[in-house]
Amino acid sequence: MQTTILYIGRDAEITVVMNRLLNARPEWKGVCVCTDEEAISILKTQDVDLILLGNGISPECENALREDVNALKPGIKIVQHYGGGSGLLYGEIMGALD
Amino acid sequence: MSQFILHKENTRGHANHGWLNAHHSFSFANYYNPERMHFGVLRVLNDDLIDGGMGFGTHPHDNMEIITIPLAGAIAHKDSMGNSAVIKSGEIQVMSAGTGVSHSEYNALADEQLNLLQIWLFPNKKNVTPRYDQQTLDVQAMYNNFQQILSPNEDDAGVWIHQDAWFSLGNFDEGFEAEYKIKKAGNGVYAFVINGEVTIDGQTLNKRDGLGIWDTDSVSFKANSADARVLLMDVPMEF
Repeated sequence: MQTTILYIGRDAEITVVMNRLLNARPEWKGVCVCTDEEAISILKTQDVDLILLGNGISPECENALREDVNALKPGIKIVQHYGGGSGLLYGEIMGALD
Repeated sequence: MSQFILHKENTRGHANHGWLNAHHSFSFANYYNPERMHFGVLRVLNDDLIDGGMGFGTHPHDNMEIITIPLAGAIAHKDSMGNSAVIKSGEIQVMSAGTGVSHSEYNALADEQLNLLQIWLFPNKKNVTPRYDQQTLDVQAMYNNFQQILSPNEDDAGVWIHQDAWFSLGNFDEGFEAEYKIKKAGNGVYAFVINGEVTIDGQTLNKRDGLGIWDTDSVSFKANSADARVLLMDVPMEF
């Protein structure tokens, strides 16, 4: 069974890399976006198991995003992704899904 | 009452990719151990052996303080901030990834293996402006002394980072004893033995062993061999 992971980060280059990394594993489906509007649109139309918050998201945007996620799909785990690449990604996702 | 966690060398994660032989003190890449996620803000301690001319192509980072210490050989570094440099054994490099930076790291030498420690700390502030620095270490000052090589302060010894962390490095004669005072209340110390045998707070450690100690304000140290070399990482335990 695939785990759908929504990544939200402001840096377009990192978002492309995250999309490649997440979709390289058959057990994961990665959907990667740069804006909160895109993220909300995806949450409205797709089942998402986990949300990764990437770089550049201000505390205000993060709070608003958490409120929107809670209203739309309560119970989805939201975790901070650090490092912007593959080094910590597996551990972050496994830790969140454990 | 102080607490400790011991990471023996042979319990580290290991990945041999041929050109890269990596040992991970904490979960990294495909090595995942829920009991080895971090020591306070210390998230990554990788001990990498990289073949001549080989390395990591351009890849991004964000929101992480990345410290690289070459133990043998030299690294060729290039990044999206316009830095292009070679960092040799006896030097230290720091990169605050902040809002995002891309870089490449290669063994600068074609016919010599590169051994480096790469250390990642969670920053105390997210989305800072990326920055890069490198410095030559004062090797003379490390003789029978924990010489500071990193701090949170721009005007202090060593490189600086966005975290209340202090790193010290020393080379010790057999029998040398010292007490290390933790720099900030609430910090712990992670000791990594680069070489030799030492005793820290009653624990005997050998080459590449790691020992994390917290809930204390100082640790005792004794070198048991003539070639002891130890890196102390004094880091916040809460973040």
